[in-house]
Amino acid sequence: MNDPWIWIEAIMTLAILSYLYKDNPVYKAAEYLFVGIASGYYLSIYFQNVLVPNLFVPSWRGVHAAFGPGTPAPTDLIRLSSLMLAVFMFMRFSPKGAWLSRWPLGALVGAYAGLAVIGLAQGDLIPQIDSNLLPIITPGSWSTLAGAQGLAQGMAAFLGLFSNVVLIVGLLATLVYFFFSLEHRGFTGRTAKLGVYFLMISFGASYGFTVMARISLALDRLRFLFEDWLGIHISG
Amino acid sequence: MSLTQRIESLDRRWIFLVMLVAMSFPLIVHMKLPVRASPEARGFYENIEKLQAGDVVYLASDYDPGGKAELDPMLLAVLDRLFQKNVKIVGATLWPAGSPLLERAYKAEAPKYNKVYGVDYVHLGFKEGKENVMVQLGKSIREVFPVDYYGTPLDSLPLMHSGLNGKPIDKLNDTKLLVNISIGYPGTKEWVQQVRSRFNLPMISGCAAVSAPEYFPYVQSGQLSGLLGGLAGAAEYEEMIDRPGWGVTGMAAQSLAHVTIVLLIVLGNFVYFWNRRQGVSRP
Repeated sequence: MNDPWIWIEAIMTLAILSYLYKDNPVYKAAEYLFVGIASGYYLSIYFQNVLVPNLFVPSWRGVHAAFGPGTPAPTDLIRLSSLMLAVFMFMRFSPKGAWLSRWPLGALVGAYAGLAVIGLAQGDLIPQIDSNLLPIITPGSWSTLAGAQGLAQGMAAFLGLFSNVVLIVGLLATLVYFFFSLEHRGFTGRTAKLGVYFLMISFGASYGFTVMARISLALDRLRFLFEDWLGIHISG
Repeated sequence: MSLTQRIESLDRRWIFLVMLVAMSFPLIVHMKLPVRASPEARGFYENIEKLQAGDVVYLASDYDPGGKAELDPMLLAVLDRLFQKNVKIVGATLWPAGSPLLERAYKAEAPKYNKVYGVDYVHLGFKEGKENVMVQLGKSIREVFPVDYYGTPLDSLPLMHSGLNGKPIDKLNDTKLLVNISIGYPGTKEWVQQVRSRFNLPMISGCAAVSAPEYFPYVQSGQLSGLLGGLAGAAEYEEMIDRPGWGVTGMAAQSLAHVTIVLLIVLGNFVYFWNRRQGVSRP
């Protein structure tokens, strides 16, 4: 409690929370201070951890190898390419050389598209399709139901019997909702409507988790104010 | 003005006050509620329990101070259990402000079990590059992180020479398990897409509650062997390892806050429909 940083953190927390009462200059000051400090902090981290080791140092080695004494190795010249591409990016400000900025952008888009396509296909699409090719009745669920003891276990086993059915019907109905080549009428319309219900349940679950996340943030601030600032023991 | 009309036109600051009381009360009176582990949390627990003393795990601690409230309890509980089981840890982050949080967690947990830096655990620090870094780590950790968080060359750290069958640790597959604690991008989704499928390394994840619904399908498909979602996940894990911490304490307050929100939603809807039935227009 005697630590001045704890006091600064507490004052800043209360300043931000004061917005809940109404917008006020104290809140604004804390907000601007936070944005300024965060920007400066991230800029320094990126400069030290990204620009210096990945651009400045390799580029300097490349320049030294290319224009210094001795014959430059191919790897030294490759080192210069990152600097060259970085300079090209700024050519956007020159009307005559703006087209050069497309090269680094093309390299970036190409590299990330390549990674994303492989990741999505190999890591998401195929395994998710594979995991949804399921038997309609979960194997072993009949015997689980037969061996269930008590109401709670019996109910869980009974619901477990239909878990694959719900998953398969939900998946197909939701896919039909996003299938726009057929007009959503008749059987297609009813299936699409069922898909909407599944989507609503899924959005509800996501919203519930979001509320939990936001309450956790508020609780962490309360924990800090009670325990670290006021010295009231609450956790553990 | 009737009571229902007054409730409908209530200043929202009263609701903030009610929420403050609902969240503070359980903390002040040390209220505890039972926490039951979900199958996903049990999977997380069992995968860590399967590890033997001397095994090495890769810990991807991908969050910044914005995720501290939910993920710090998870990270601390995981480190506590791994150190207790004498499992060795190679930790790193892909989030610029993630390193100080990982460093602080190491410093909080390692001394409890007399763990030595470089021998029992390593902090590689932060590296920009997101998915590129993930893929490169699967090929060579040394190429991505030639030095650790303190600038020490990896080859001079004894832990980096104690991989499977005494081989040096130079790629993700030289470790037994990928433990990811993440809040967003890059995080669990990218680790699953780029590393889990490509290098076939078993993986468990602890994530922010907001992300959990997106990751449950990965558990069902077997791509994730376990998942902790938000503060509730942290509480479940703390209960399983018998180390009650902020997760368990926070969940009592969290639960009371949720009950309050549900009651307010029910009250709000009742008042809205009642007033409409009485022909009272909205203020």
